[in-house]
Formats: sequence, structure tokens, C-alpha cells
Amino acid sequence: MKQKVTWGNWTKRSFGAMGVLGLTGALPLTALAQTTPSVEEMWRIIQKQQEEIRELKSELDEAETKIEETDVKVTATADTVEQVISVESAQGRDTVIGGYGELHYNNLDNDLAGGDDKDMIDLHRFVIFLNHSFTDDVRFFSELEVEHSLAGDGKPGEVEVEQAYLEWDFAESHRAKAGLFLVPVGILNETHEPDTFFGVERNNVESKIIPSTWWEGGLGTSGELAPGWGYDLAFHSGLYMKDGKVGNVRSARQKVAEAKADDYATTGRIRYTGLPGLEVGLTLQLQNDVLQGENIQGVSSIEGLLLETHVAYQNGPFLLRALYAQWDFDDEIEELTPGADKQKGWYVEPGYRISPQWGVFARYSLWDTEAGGNGDSEYNETNVGVNYWLTENAVLKADYQVQDAPSGASEFDGFNLGVGWSF
Amino acid sequence: MKGIWWVLIAVLCSLTAESHGQRGTFMTADEFRELAFPDSEPESGTLWLNAQQQERAAMILRHAYPGLRVRYWRLGQRSAWILEEVGKDQPITMGIVVEKDHIADFAVLAFRESRGGEIRYPFFTDQFRGLTLSDRGDPPALSGSVNGITGATLSVRAASKVAKLALFFHRQVMAGGTSGAD
Repeated sequence: MKQKVTWGNWTKRSFGAMGVLGLTGALPLTALAQTTPSVEEMWRIIQKQQEEIRELKSELDEAETKIEETDVKVTATADTVEQVISVESAQGRDTVIGGYGELHYNNLDNDLAGGDDKDMIDLHRFVIFLNHSFTDDVRFFSELEVEHSLAGDGKPGEVEVEQAYLEWDFAESHRAKAGLFLVPVGILNETHEPDTFFGVERNNVESKIIPSTWWEGGLGTSGELAPGWGYDLAFHSGLYMKDGKVGNVRSARQKVAEAKADDYATTGRIRYTGLPGLEVGLTLQLQNDVLQGENIQGVSSIEGLLLETHVAYQNGPFLLRALYAQWDFDDEIEELTPGADKQKGWYVEPGYRISPQWGVFARYSLWDTEAGGNGDSEYNETNVGVNYWLTENAVLKADYQVQDAPSGASEFDGFNLGVGWSF
Repeated sequence: MKGIWWVLIAVLCSLTAESHGQRGTFMTADEFRELAFPDSEPESGTLWLNAQQQERAAMILRHAYPGLRVRYWRLGQRSAWILEEVGKDQPITMGIVVEKDHIADFAVLAFRESRGGEIRYPFFTDQFRGLTLSDRGDPPALSGSVNGITGATLSVRAASKVAKLALFFHRQVMAGGTSGAD
């Protein structure tokens, strides 16, 4: 049987070489006959090589298929792993635990003759947040706080529920809340984690005039009116000034603990955050009756209006906070506490972030809880200090304060140290 | 005097007839790709993160990157990334366009937190344009400062982390990292 032979390069090269060898006569013909394969042998070699090539190609195709299959398997495994991670993290996000805390050391001399100095170390606040999302639109927020470490009869501290409310997104840009929530006023009242502000202790204007931390029970709505413009409106429980403490706003917080609810209060706030680093806020609050229907020495009702406005600005490393707050109570309050019909305070606080870790600040604050009278009742305080952030949420603080108090009142000068965290 | 408050409510209600959502989806992935590569057809690719890249990503995020790979689009020296990071409780979906070594565009695609939605507005996102990844610092920092929004600190931090992460991933792809076209 005659077969058609296809000569490959090897064969051509071989015959070429043979021709050259024959022409040169370099090898005897007998030797050439012994080393050169016959045509039949050549054909067998070629057939064998072609078979090997076929096998190699088959193996290569098989390897490529396996690589493709492995690629599909790896991708499928990655899909599954990432899906599991995603599901687990999504499940974890339904219920979130957080918290913050701060320990303070005060070393303050009292300039009042005979007055006690303040040398104290105190776990001022230890707070746990517990939040839960029921659905994409309905959430629960809570904040449980232990103040001054030890609570109970005769102990210095308190256990307080400072937030416990439901929030519902009732429209695309609006949410409503019901329960116990922080009053939308000032800079610190709603955002007071220690790593977010300068100074060991919170400033006195937001403690004594506003008075932070301030929470009430009721209903509220918040949202956005236009890019950068936000609003809050809340109807909630009111202050209650007891006999002997009329005019003292801070002690009038009922903390929603079997609170008298003969009369309520309304708070409205407008906020502008339309420029990077800038917040401007304006809050008005009406207290319908801070006596909550009681008659004290012939005074049966006192209405109060709180006005608060502030600016917080950051431009690169430069920081600035400034706030003004004032109360106007009905003149009848004068019959119980002279000068208490007007209470006011303000502060200005420039700061500078030297680096992500270091920041320095200075603050001048002034407050007067009997500004309606003619007497000497005004306090002022100057603070300078430094924050060192170990990480974004853990901070060490130090500041020095010089206070100027009315005659006959305690006047504290000295330094404070603090450590704070949040997560 | 109480009547003032009811008037205020009425004014607010009328003002909110045309509202702007804090939460929601503001841009789809396809819309973001079109924003990143207008009238062009980029290649899609996957960056598989090796151990070293995972470690660097974790340093930037301050927690492990929740995945084994990152998908992206690329056309020449320009790449686009869709990344997520949790602000306070919920993930924020952000899109970052990187060209050569700097951020060319930044957009918030979806925001799910109840506070801090202002980070989606151009007055905030435009701050990222032109920023590069500084080699100084560990973890690496952005080359310029980003001014925050009061009350939205955690959302701002999440945006800054994602910006750094996109710049880092872009570097890996341009350096011929463990990647491949889809």
C-alpha cells in the first residue's frame, strides 16, 4: 500500500544533511547505510511523533479545561465566602452595641475664703449604647449611663437612661421619633463623646444654661429641607422647678423619671451644614410652665423661652466653636428668685490640630444664671489645654482653668486631666 | 405665643414638599460607570488581594477588608471603584474614580445611616478631587485635609478611608498586581 508522505522540517533537514555528507564523501557509504534510517523507518518515527503530539495536545486541552474549571470553582468559592461575610456583617448590623466613657482628675484650688478645694478623681461617665434596626425604616436607639461610678442611696452617682426611642423614616427625607430622646440644642447635647471635643470637663455654658446633658420624653421629627439645611421639631416633657429651686434650670430636669407632665415644652431647631466644616444652628424652645401647675407663694405659672445659637467651623487644622444661649422667663419668677428671669451665657473656643494625634485649644466662657438682676452674679472662665488622640476614638486630655466668680461664690483655678473613649 | 409653633410646623410642611433624602440610593453602578467613563467602554477587572494587600487594606480601614477581591473598571490610567464602609451602624456605598495617582471624582451612591447624609453633596465630595495617597504615615494618609461635617464625624471618616483604599487599590492594579480582566 502506497502512502502519501508528508515531509516535515526534520525530514528535509535530515535529507539535506545526508546530501551534504554524501557529496563531501566525509563518511564511507557503508557507515552511512548503517546510521541513516530507511524511508519506512522514517515513516514510523514520524507516525510515532505525530501520536505523541496528539497526546500532548490532548493533555494540554485537558489542563486548560481544568484551569478553567478551577477558575470557576475559585470564583464560586469567593462568591460564597463574600456572601457569607456580607450576610454575617448585615446580621451583625441589625443590633449594634457602642459606648463611651471618661475619667477625670480635678486639681482645683478654691479662691473663696474657707471654701473647699476640689481634688478629685472620678469616673464621670460610663455609657453603653444599644441600637437595633427592626427594618430599613424603623430603628431603636438607647443609651444607658452610670455617672460617678457608684449609684444608690447615699452614693455620689446615678444610673440614667438618657436615650430610649423609636425612630421611623416616614418619608424620604424625614424621620419621626417617639420615646426618650436628647433635646436638639447646642453643640454638645447630642454629640458629647469625649473624643469629639476639647477640654476635660464640658463647658459651663452648655452645662448650666442649656443644660446638657438634657433629655426629655415625647415626640419629634427631623429631616432635611434643602441641601445643607436640616430641621428638628419636638414636643416633649418640660422642666419642673421645685419650691426653693425656682430659677435653677439644671436641677429642673426631670429626666423622665415619673416626671410631672401638667405642661409640655416645644423645641425647634434649624441647622445649616452646607459648607465643608461648617455648622450653624439656631434653637428656640418654649416651656409652657416650669412650675408644672403648682402654686408657689402665689405664683401659679411661669413660661420660659430658650434661645440658643452656635457655629462650629473647621478649616484644615483650624477649629472654632462659639455658642450663645439665653433664657427669658416670665417676670413672676422674680418674686421667687430675683434676677432669674434672664439667664445667659456664651463661649468662644478656637482650636488647632497640630497633627492627627495632637490638638490644642483655648476657651473663654461667660455665664450668668441671674442676669435679670443688678447684682454681681456673672461667672467667667478661661481654659487652655491639649488633647492627645491615641487613636481616632481614644483620647488623653489636659487643661488649665482660671475662673472668675461673683463675690461670695466658689472660684476654682487649677488643672484637669482626663482620659476618654468611644466606640 | 403657642400659635407660633403651629405656624412653624405649617411652614416646615410646605417647605418639605420638595424634599431631599438623607437616606437612599442616589446613583446606580451603571450611572457611576458612565460618570467615570463618559461615552467610553472600560474593561472590567478583578483585583485579587494577596496577604500583603489584605494587610495594607486592613491598616487603612482599621479592620479587615470584607472580601477576597475587588472589582473595578479601567481604561488606560483611569480606574473606577465602588466600595462600602460602615459609618456608624450601616454601610455607605461610595464610588471613586482614580486617574494616574489622584482622585478624579468621588460620589456617594447609597447612604443608609440616619445621620450624616450631607456627605453626599458636592460641597463635601469635591474636597477629595486631586488628593493623592501620601507615602508618609502608617497607615497611609491623604495628601490634603478633608473638612468634616459636625454631627457626621463617622460618615466623614468612612468616606476618607474609602478614598485612601481606592487610591491604594489603583496603585496595585497599575503596578500589575494580582489582577485580571473579567
